[in-house]
Amino acid sequence: MTVKQYKEVLTKPLLEENPITLQILGICSALAVTSNLSVTLVMCVALTSVVSFSNLFISLIRNYIPSSVRIIVQMTIIASLVIVVDELLKAYDYETSKKLSVFVGLIITNCIVMGRAEAFAMKEKPFISFIDGLGNGLGYSIILIAVAIVRELFGAGTLMGYEILPLVSNGGWYPANNLLLLPPSSFILIGLMIWGIRAYKTDQVEINEFKLSKHATAPDLTKRELNA
Amino acid sequence: MLEHYLSIFITTVFIENIALSVFLGMCTFIAISKKIDAAFGLGVAVIAVCLITVPLNNFIFNTILKDGALAWAGLPDVNLQFVGLISYIGVIAAAVQILEMFLDRFVPALYNALGVFLPLITVNCAILGATLFILTTLLNFRIPQHITRTTHGRQ
Amino acid sequence: MNDSVLKTLTVSFVVCLFCSLIVSFAAVSLRDAQNLNKLNDQRIKILKTAAIYNPEESIESQFVRLTPKFVDFSNGLLLDEFEDLDLTTYDPVYFSKQADYSTPVPADLDIAIVKNKENIGKIYLLKDFNNNLEKIILPIRGYGLWGTLYGYIAIDKDLNTIRGLEFYEHKETPGLGAEVDNPKWKALWDGKKIYKDGVIEIAVIKGKVDKSNKMADYQVDGLSGATLTSRGVTNMLAFWFSESGYQETLSKINYDS
Repeated sequence: MTVKQYKEVLTKPLLEENPITLQILGICSALAVTSNLSVTLVMCVALTSVVSFSNLFISLIRNYIPSSVRIIVQMTIIASLVIVVDELLKAYDYETSKKLSVFVGLIITNCIVMGRAEAFAMKEKPFISFIDGLGNGLGYSIILIAVAIVRELFGAGTLMGYEILPLVSNGGWYPANNLLLLPPSSFILIGLMIWGIRAYKTDQVEINEFKLSKHATAPDLTKRELNA
Repeated sequence: MLEHYLSIFITTVFIENIALSVFLGMCTFIAISKKIDAAFGLGVAVIAVCLITVPLNNFIFNTILKDGALAWAGLPDVNLQFVGLISYIGVIAAAVQILEMFLDRFVPALYNALGVFLPLITVNCAILGATLFILTTLLNFRIPQHITRTTHGRQ
Repeated sequence: MNDSVLKTLTVSFVVCLFCSLIVSFAAVSLRDAQNLNKLNDQRIKILKTAAIYNPEESIESQFVRLTPKFVDFSNGLLLDEFEDLDLTTYDPVYFSKQADYSTPVPADLDIAIVKNKENIGKIYLLKDFNNNLEKIILPIRGYGLWGTLYGYIAIDKDLNTIRGLEFYEHKETPGLGAEVDNPKWKALWDGKKIYKDGVIEIAVIKGKVDKSNKMADYQVDGLSGATLTSRGVTNMLAFWFSESGYQETLSKINYDS
């Protein structure tokens, strides 16, 4: 494996094959935790470490897993890593662990983790699998951090807890955009990002499955001309 | 008694709807809602899996994992809560596998209609989320006052 | 070649063994730190309500001034021991959901919609450095708009003046009901009174309090756009300071001091 190949595996998931904006995976946690930047950062670190190390361990034993128990073995490894992350959070960052509550556990069902395990780690060598996990984790983190910055700055006027735009309710001038404090706003923001990225990289646009048919009562101009 | 269960049902279906209020299960939600029959089939499958796994996980939590739960086996000081996540996902995977085999044998039409979505339910955030909410958060099920009755307290 | 029954069983067993070892090791070695975090978390909430919280000092040394006591709601007595319950870690909210340790509240009295009330409560006495009573911190809870609000209220040693109100858990809407966490609103409670001639008068009103009104000492500004949350707070206080709550307990403290 050349250094160039490693670099490609690491950087592709950042924009070209971003798990959130291209494959639309891992949306659940993106919606719920992004109202607060510091909580989002912890979530990103948690997910990146889980996906990198699960890729590493699964790749290490990929030649020994019987196909009948493949999925459950992957899940056991992923779940164990998530438990370790959860326990570490409860011990060293209790405040954030309370705010994340069930969403740390939901990393197990995060499609990105399982998806990379199936698509990459089962076929490739351990070190490159680790890098691939790292790349996907970073791709996920970039999108989440972008959403969180917008939501916290324009929704609450703060970033990482430091006041940047003084809110009207605190005697300042900035009327807080309360919609940004609610989860659907991250849905809208991610949608806008996907739109922007696909306008820039048009090869990511999907083909329309359902085409609008022609209007049923559109006048047939050729017939009219003949009759006139 | 019935009112209590009815209020739980209404709360979880409408007020704390797991897809629209808590935003779990979004991946399949977005992907499947293109076609009505696929969406219907997935809905039925999700209901079936939840009906099996949530009570089962609750039972396992209360009899084996909770702090002091193993008192009946003579081990009252044991707290196995940390193994919870693995056991819940294991139960869900097993339930989905068994449901798959059951449908394949007894209701093959539905099995074919669901296709690849049945095994995908295992990694659906909503199913694990449902279990985790029941077990880890303090749930207060009530229909909010402004819907059913006026308050007794001061105006 | 990987699919023989023996191979499947061996691989499954080895994976499970390895994972269980890692997970158990993590859980056991981190358990003490986690328990300490949980305890300190509760303690910080109480220290904040008592308005003596200093992030620079250790929680242990600050909490020395707070003495917890069991409250027997059946007779209003303060106890240091009750059956086999541990005073330091006793959580009244948890026990209010255990059938053996709680009693359902009759619907006509349940103005805060707590549904079940714990038989044994827990309050904290804040003493100054000469061991004289300074404030009492009482856990309270009640239904707002979207869920139950859980918090602590601090009252002065005259047993009628409020000194602090902190909610540590609620599901209210950010920007509306969640303004119960706004420091400016919380500061309004300092100095307000609960009882007037034995009747509970404290209330969160609609709009701003008119300072010239003779009832101004018993009123707090409403939360704009959050009528039901405000009402929930009023009802919560009305419940917990009534006979169903701490009224009997407070009257017994009066006799002692």
